[in-house]
Amino acid sequence: MNLLWMTVVTALRALRRNVLRSALTMLGVIIGVAAVVTMVSIGRGANAAVQREIQSLGNNLVMIIPGATTASGVHMSSGSAATLTVADATSIAKECLAVSDVAWAKRQGVQVVYGNQNWATAAQGVPPAYLSVRDWRLSAGRFFDQRDDAGANPVAVLGQTVVDQLFAPGEDPLGASIRVKNVPFEVIGVLARKGQTAWGQDQDDVILMPFLTAERRVLGTQILGTVDMIVASAATADALPKVEPQIRTLLRERHRIPPGQDDDFTVRDLNEIAEASKNASAVMMNLLLSVASVSLLVGGIGIMNIMLVSVTERTREIGVRLAVGARSGHILFQFLVEATALSLVGGAAGIVLGIAATRLIAHLAQWPTLLSAPAAAGAFLVAGAVGIFFGFYPARRAARLDPITALRYE
Amino acid sequence: MRPLIQLRDVWKVYHLGDVEVRALRGISLDIRAGEFLAIVGASGSGKSTCMNLIGCLDQPTRGTYRLGDVDVATLSANERAAIRSRRIGFVFQNFNLLGRTTALENVALPMIYANVPFAEQHRRARELLAAVGLRGREHHLPSQLSGGQQQRVAIARALANAPSVLLADEPTGNLDSQSSIEIMELFVRLRWQRRVTIVVVTHEPHIADYTERVVTFRDGRIVSDLPQVSSRHAPEAARG
Repeated sequence: MNLLWMTVVTALRALRRNVLRSALTMLGVIIGVAAVVTMVSIGRGANAAVQREIQSLGNNLVMIIPGATTASGVHMSSGSAATLTVADATSIAKECLAVSDVAWAKRQGVQVVYGNQNWATAAQGVPPAYLSVRDWRLSAGRFFDQRDDAGANPVAVLGQTVVDQLFAPGEDPLGASIRVKNVPFEVIGVLARKGQTAWGQDQDDVILMPFLTAERRVLGTQILGTVDMIVASAATADALPKVEPQIRTLLRERHRIPPGQDDDFTVRDLNEIAEASKNASAVMMNLLLSVASVSLLVGGIGIMNIMLVSVTERTREIGVRLAVGARSGHILFQFLVEATALSLVGGAAGIVLGIAATRLIAHLAQWPTLLSAPAAAGAFLVAGAVGIFFGFYPARRAARLDPITALRYE
Repeated sequence: MRPLIQLRDVWKVYHLGDVEVRALRGISLDIRAGEFLAIVGASGSGKSTCMNLIGCLDQPTRGTYRLGDVDVATLSANERAAIRSRRIGFVFQNFNLLGRTTALENVALPMIYANVPFAEQHRRARELLAAVGLRGREHHLPSQLSGGQQQRVAIARALANAPSVLLADEPTGNLDSQSSIEIMELFVRLRWQRRVTIVVVTHEPHIADYTERVVTFRDGRIVSDLPQVSSRHAPEAARG
């Protein structure tokens, strides 16, 4: 303990003796560790942001949209066919064991007017259960219930963007009368802000109304009961993989699609999107980590270089230490500690620099970042290992010096 | 009584490229505990080689060397380091203090390798610095001390682990005559006070005058080994 302490003190003194040289030697390690800390923070921040957005769509959701229609041999865009119905949705809820809740929506772009303000937005006819399936909350008022739906009542719940566009700041939208496609509606609730989706769509630019109201009074329909989208939530996260095949089998049966023919609908698992973005950021992270490890490698070589210089410069000192009773193991240990001290001090400086860089990037670029203690600790330990690895050869050279030759060295 | 240091027919042969250098050609030398002797000779006579052997920095090519009851020729490098640590103190011509390290820490250095507890290191180092007349200079750096003072620090360091043998290689070679006299008188005093065996390698006759036995080397052999009758190595001289 005594010897260890003295060795560490001696090592730190040797570093302090030549601050500039030590700092330059550490530079590779500093940059390497800072890069790891910064990149992992940014990567984790981005991942967390994507996760949050996926969460904002609702938990463990599967989205079913109608398939593409074919008009005289020309494929129309996906969702253009009116193949999904409310009956499909209710039978999914009933028959698919992995599904806990189902909601559906009929959607159309509409012009909304309030007083002398107007705004183009999307009107969605949805069942009362829609809010809970999408894991959405109200910031004011109430959502429509079964009675509103059954009676096709002209009531609407507005997204925040629509509120911001139609109403003056501070004005209470509840109870106001707005016109959607010239049909008067009473505003009964306001949705909590949900923000943008990962692909930049404003989820708050929406008007929700009871499904029957939408179908009968506003949007109109060619076939009653058709919907533009069904969302189903899995009973548990584990059940999610079973949801898609169950729904597919059921809908193919209901739509009487013979084996070998394409589905007339598309089932999309929202977690797939999350996975894809996770994979993309993992690739990015690996790339940056390899850059960081190259920097650490270069830093290690720098340490080895300067330690070799140091051993040569201090040959006499080594001779003196050997003469007064140091064993070669003591000398080896001393230079290993010095190399490790260089890399660890560099590692600590790298962590500080990395945190500063993360803060700066978060501030300037407004990127979400999330500092990772394990990543910082890992980078620090790797830096220490680099010091030991690259310090070993110079230290062994010092330890193998012949005491007489070392004492005579000029 | 058995001698502390016993060299028997010791040879040391180096190879410098193709040239064979016979630094020692069969020397035999006994040194009793407590003796104060000088090894003199021209440069290249083998006196420094002999001292490196006695100091366990090197091993003989042939012959035996016993230090106390240990046959040094059979020891490994680490075992010789252990002997240097506990039984031998070195004083060099150019002091060989660690720069940017205080006098106190220089004196404590051998004790670190001998695993002496930290507090004991400092206590003993202070005591030794006082013994060589450097009380109050504990925290001076070598660069803040005169040559004579630096050599005193080196002597204190050599005594750190209470060795049985003090080996001084041209200890006054870099000093002015006044400092040389002070250093030699310090050796005389230490020898009586601490009962330490002192071997001084020198080529200056007046330095050898302080010792009680002069061994002369020439061409790797001992050519004379004479006791000295001189008042300088007597204890009275140390007091004066």
